Amino acid sequence: MRSRRGLSHTHAGSIHAADATMALRNARDVYTRRGEGSSIWVVPASAITASSPDEKDPFFDPAADKVYRHPTFYDIPDEVRNL
Amino acid sequence: MTEVEVRTACALRLGDDGLVLSHRLAEWASRAPELEEDVALTNIALDLLGQARTLLTHAGGLEGRGRDENDLAYLREERDFVNCLLVEQENGDFGSTIARQLLWSTYQLGLLEELTRSTDSTLAAVAAKAVKEVAYHRDHALQWTLRLGDGTEESHRRMQAGLDRMWPFTAELFERDGVTAEAVALGIGPDPDGLRPGWDAAVDAVLTEATLRRPADTWAPTGGRRGLHTERFGHLLAEMQHLHRSHPGARW
Repeated sequence: MRSRRGLSHTHAGSIHAADATMALRNARDVYTRRGEGSSIWVVPASAITASSPDEKDPFFDPAADKVYRHPTFYDIPDEVRNL
Repeated sequence: MTEVEVRTACALRLGDDGLVLSHRLAEWASRAPELEEDVALTNIALDLLGQARTLLTHAGGLEGRGRDENDLAYLREERDFVNCLLVEQENGDFGSTIARQLLWSTYQLGLLEELTRSTDSTLAAVAAKAVKEVAYHRDHALQWTLRLGDGTEESHRRMQAGLDRMWPFTAELFERDGVTAEAVALGIGPDPDGLRPGWDAAVDAVLTEATLRRPADTWAPTGGRRGLHTERFGHLLAEMQHLHRSHPGARW
């Protein structure tokens, strides 16, 4: 779901449907009741390759102690608003 | 009839259609075949209820007897309602409900497109907003008609049965009477005859693609616009009006 132009799509939830056309409509009915969206993508669950909880350590731990990857060592001029 | 009386009658008819169909669709809440459909049908019901509220408020104002939307919805008797017979028909199974939705929303969409040019500015404004809502209602019914009609043997059988059951009540939609004649003369609403070819073509196209048979025009029950309703309508009103009549003026 994309809430408005210029932003990325973010995950809204899961739905059941017989095919892609109905999935798009079901997503519209279930997830845009309060004006949340301006664009919807639907993806069949079978097309998603996800990381496994078992792989959590090798996948994500190595990034935990590398503070120099964060932009915390730069002085950011006050005039720069969106960085 | 005076011009105000014609405008009142037009608003009341369309308002009652929306109110009654909204109630029928709301009966699916928690009972639809799947959660997604539960939400879809009640979304449609809420769209129709929103249209009905504006239309009944408008009718009450024109009438000038001090009745608001609640008085008109909850305190009228069965004979006072002027909705068509199609919208009050019981839901039956999902196929029947989809058949009713297809036949009704195709008609309503054609009607609203004409009403956007109504000389009654409130009717025109309601129509302009509702066109978008009803285009989605029709798409929802169309998608399901295709899938049920051209689905399994069982879904095809049920969809055809639902269509056969609802079909006779569509004749009334195109009926002409004093109100429609006056409405045409005053530029308030369209001639029902003019809506027929578009409706026929749209419905036929869907039925053909869905491998369904267009039912024969056999009997044509009528009377809704004069307050003569089918047997189960009284039960619908009893349920719809019970709370308001038991607790007059009840608020959330």
